[in-house]
Amino acid sequence: MSSTAAPLTEAELAAIRSDFPQLGEIVQGHPLVYLDSGATSLKPRQVLDAERRFAETRTAAVHRGAHTLAAEATEDYEDARMRVARFIGARDDELVWTSNATEAVNLVAHAIGNASLGRGGAAAERFRIGPGDEIVATEQEHHANLIPWQELAARTGATFRWIRTHDDGTLDLGHAAEVIGERTRIVAFSHVSNVVGLENPVAELVALARAAGALVLLDACQSAPHLPLDVKALDVDFAVLSGHKMLAPTGIGALYGRRELLRDLPPFLTGGSMITTVTMEGADFLPPPQRFEAGTQRISQAVAFAAAVDYLDAVGMERIAAHEAALGARLAARLAEQPDVRLIGPADSPHRVGLAAFTIGTVHAHDVGQLLDEQGIAVRVGHHCAQPLHRRLGVTATARASAYLYTTPAEVDALVDGLDAVRRVFGGR
Amino acid sequence: MTTDTGLYQELILEHDRERHGHGLRDGGAAESHQRNPVCGDEVTLRLHVEGDRVADVSWQGSGCAISMASASVLHDVVVGLSLDELGERIELFRETMRSKGRQPIDEDLFGDAVALSGVSKFPARVKCALLSWMAAEHALDSVRAA
Repeated sequence: MSSTAAPLTEAELAAIRSDFPQLGEIVQGHPLVYLDSGATSLKPRQVLDAERRFAETRTAAVHRGAHTLAAEATEDYEDARMRVARFIGARDDELVWTSNATEAVNLVAHAIGNASLGRGGAAAERFRIGPGDEIVATEQEHHANLIPWQELAARTGATFRWIRTHDDGTLDLGHAAEVIGERTRIVAFSHVSNVVGLENPVAELVALARAAGALVLLDACQSAPHLPLDVKALDVDFAVLSGHKMLAPTGIGALYGRRELLRDLPPFLTGGSMITTVTMEGADFLPPPQRFEAGTQRISQAVAFAAAVDYLDAVGMERIAAHEAALGARLAARLAEQPDVRLIGPADSPHRVGLAAFTIGTVHAHDVGQLLDEQGIAVRVGHHCAQPLHRRLGVTATARASAYLYTTPAEVDALVDGLDAVRRVFGGR
Repeated sequence: MTTDTGLYQELILEHDRERHGHGLRDGGAAESHQRNPVCGDEVTLRLHVEGDRVADVSWQGSGCAISMASASVLHDVVVGLSLDELGERIELFRETMRSKGRQPIDEDLFGDAVALSGVSKFPARVKCALLSWMAAEHALDSVRAA
C-alpha cells in the first residue's frame, strides 16, 4: 500500500504479540508460526476479556425488557454498533449486524429478490430486477460474493455476468468497461482478493457502476482488517465485513448500507424484534438497522467486535497497513525468487497486502501445507473458496500465507525457508 | 525419507510416483467419480469384474500424494479379491483410517497400505486416503445393483 505511515517498530510488535495468547502455542513441537490470518485472525486478550466481561456481568436480551441489565445490555450493543460503524466511516444506523459476511451478502441479494417480487412497496421499486437486467461480479470472487448473485439471477430471470481476470489473476479493467453497461443493476466485487492479495481499483469500478446507474457491493473481508477503510470515501452502496478476520470472535459480521438504501430495502429474515405492528394479516417493519436483525442477536460478539476495532484503532490502521505492506512485499519477493515457486499475482505490486498464494513445483498444496505444519507453520491450502479463480489460473489448489499486525518478518522467512522440507520429501518435483 | 510425523514414508512417495493401475481401461463393470470439495482432489475409478472376482481396478485422478498413493495401493490390494472380500476390505480400511491411530493396519490384508497408517492420526487427511476407496465402494454398489 502506498501508505506514508511508519511500520511498527520491533518493540511495538513485541508488545502487540504479547496481547495474543495463542502466539505462545507449540505446534508439532515448534512455536506456532501463524500465517493463516486471511482465514481467521487470532484474538487479543482485550477482545476475549470484553466478551467474557459482558457474558459475566451484563447478560440480558437487548431491545426488550425493562430491567436494568436489559437496558445496559442494549446500551452496550448499540454502543458497539456505533464504534464499528465509525471504524469504517459509516453512521451508526447504516450498520447491520449479521452472523458473518456471507449472511450479509445474502441479506442484500435476498432483500433485492424480495423487492423484485413486489415486497417493500413503491419505495423498493428501485431495487426490482428481472429479465433484461444484469448482475455483475468478478472471476476473482470468493464464493460468498458469487453464489448469492448467481442465485439471485436465477430467481429473478436477470442475467449474471462477470469481469474476467488477467492471466496473473488481477482484474481486467478493459473487460469491466465492456461488461458494465446500461443493463447493469448491481456490481459486486472484493476490495482485496483473498487469493491474489492485491487491493482492487475500487474507484475505477465504482465509476463504471455509477455511469451505469448500478448499485455497488464491496466485499471488504480482506481489506477492513488490514487497511484504513472509509465506505463514504470509496462511495460504495453496500459493504460486508467479517468480524472473525479482524480480531473479533466468530459468529459476527456486518453489513454497511447507505442510509437511503437501507430505508427502502425490504427485510430478508423476518420474525421477532424487527416489527412495529403485527396482525394475523401481516406486519409492519421497524426502520433499519433493526428491520434486518430478526431474532435474538449476537450480543456478546457485537461487544467483542467493538473491542476489536478499538484495538485496531489504538494501534492505528495506517501503521498496520504499512507493517503488512512491508511483510507482503517481503513475502512476494522471497517467494518469487524461488525458481520452483509460482507466485499468484505480480511480485512487485504496490497494491499487495500481507498475503500471497503460491504453488511449488507440481507438489499438491495439501502436501505443502502438511510439511509446513510439521514445522509449526500454519498456512491455508486448497481453493480458498475461489474455485473459478483457481480454474482461471490453471491450478486446482494453492498454498496461501497471510499476515496480520502480529506477524513478524522472521515468520515470513520461516515460511519461505520451510519450503525446503517440501523439496527434501518430493525431490524437486 | 520419513518426515517428523511419519506421514510421507518412502513407500507412499513411491506409490504417488508410480500410480499402480493408473489410466482408465475399457470394459469396467462400474465406474465412480469422487471429489473432495475442500481441496478439489478427484478420482475416477473403474471396477473390472470377471465372475465374482475383481479382475482389475483402473483409475485416473489428481490430488495430493496421500490420495494418489492410496489409489495405487488400493489397486494392488483388491485385484483378485472376491466382490464380498472387496466390500469387507473397504469397510475395514475405512474403520482403520477413522480410528485416530488406535487400530493398526493388518499387513497381511493390506500390503503396502500399512504405509498409510500415519494418516489416521490426521483427521484432515483421512478423506484424502479414503477418496479412491469411496469410489471403489460406489462402483461395487453399482455392480451389485446391476
